[in-house]
Amino acid sequence: MGSLSHWVHRYFVDNGASSWWLTGLRNTLLITVLALCIGVVLGFTVAIIRSTYEQTGKLKVLNAICKVYLSVIRGTPTMVQVLIFNFVIFASISVNEVIVGGVAFGINSGAYVAEIVRSGIMSIDKGQMEAGRSLGLSSGQTMKLIIMPQAFKNVLPALINEMIVLLKETSIIGYIGMTDITKAATLVQSRTYEAFVPLIAAAVFYWVLVTILTYFMGKLERRLRKSDRK
Amino acid sequence: MTANKGKVLLQVQGLEKKFDDNQVLDGITTDICQGEVVAVIGPSGSGKSTFLRSLNLLEVPTGGKILFEGVDITDPKVDINRHRQKIGMVFQQFNLFPHKTVKENIMLAPVTLGLMKEEEASEKAEELLARVGLPDKADAYPDSLSGGQKQRIAIARAMAMNPDVMLFDEPTSALDPEMVGEVLEIMKELAQTGMTMVVVTHEMGFAREVATRVIFIDEGKIQEENTPDEFFAHPKNPRLQEFLSKVL
Repeated sequence: MGSLSHWVHRYFVDNGASSWWLTGLRNTLLITVLALCIGVVLGFTVAIIRSTYEQTGKLKVLNAICKVYLSVIRGTPTMVQVLIFNFVIFASISVNEVIVGGVAFGINSGAYVAEIVRSGIMSIDKGQMEAGRSLGLSSGQTMKLIIMPQAFKNVLPALINEMIVLLKETSIIGYIGMTDITKAATLVQSRTYEAFVPLIAAAVFYWVLVTILTYFMGKLERRLRKSDRK
Repeated sequence: MTANKGKVLLQVQGLEKKFDDNQVLDGITTDICQGEVVAVIGPSGSGKSTFLRSLNLLEVPTGGKILFEGVDITDPKVDINRHRQKIGMVFQQFNLFPHKTVKENIMLAPVTLGLMKEEEASEKAEELLARVGLPDKADAYPDSLSGGQKQRIAIARAMAMNPDVMLFDEPTSALDPEMVGEVLEIMKELAQTGMTMVVVTHEMGFAREVATRVIFIDEGKIQEENTPDEFFAHPKNPRLQEFLSKVL
């Protein structure tokens, strides 16, 4: 037992290791949660603007802005975007690093969420919109009460996938000097001159986080599937 | 039949609809009066469905006017949502909301639009479900129902808004043959209560028995309209004669 305790101390406690791991876990979680919130709000907004334009021809200017946003975000590497956010956009103002990371990843994720949600909206038969409108509902009401609930259910697996990708992609945040799980692992590695334990530990942390996320999303998905063939 | 005609509900004046270069409706003019049951027939591609869908502006006409209860609903300044509340519509593909129970399907619009309280709408839904013969399906989801049952629910959903007129877009065309009867029966009962109805249909039996007037549309124009007896016994238009010889 002495050697196990020694091992835990060496890689997870001593010489600042415990604080790196804790800070890393906290930052990875905070950035991911902040980015998810921004990404979902942004993604749904862009998707609704784009589909409204496609169906009715309204919101032409907003649609054009959305298209530029999608093109820029999807056409450039996340890594470069994060660097630009840190060293250009937020360079002159002092903002908490977590905010910088959350905003950068949120804006990035929003573009992918937007296209996922738009595909969901397009997958709903146009008769659903017509049925809603023929009852006197506005297009906004029909969107909210009839189209979006069905679209959301259809795209949930793809959204969960995007959330998993996002969580793991935050591992590049170390490049702007932030301590996340990955950075913590490399810090421990540099202090102990051992790569195996810290890197495997980082992998396990990510795996556990993704598994927890998948578990709760799976529960949500099953609840939404209630209306299918019952 | 013309003797018990009520006031004019829908006035269609020179209605035109063009999709790109394709003139689907080419000047349709007719009045639809309270209590009338108008059957609209015609070959496929004749424009009859477009005509019906124009009446609640699901298709926006490219010319002409539609006056509903005296208001020109083709005017872009008109709040079409308010008028649509009074124009029920039943679709070929039912278009029930699959994520809602049968009862929620019926209650959704009246409650959302603030026309009824929750309990009131619930009572109304139950009453309508009894009327269409499906009182035990209130909590079922649409996917568990047969086509005929779905269409009866769709009719109940449209009726929940207490519409002044109901439009039916080939309501039995997507049904298996053995289910056509149950839907036509509900529509017949509805007609007997004095509901104003415009029905695009291929069911000549229904047009003959239930309609008070039959309209034949071809090439975007009304080619002939008459009482069912005259319409089927003495068709005058050669196109109609040809059409009837094929379908009867």
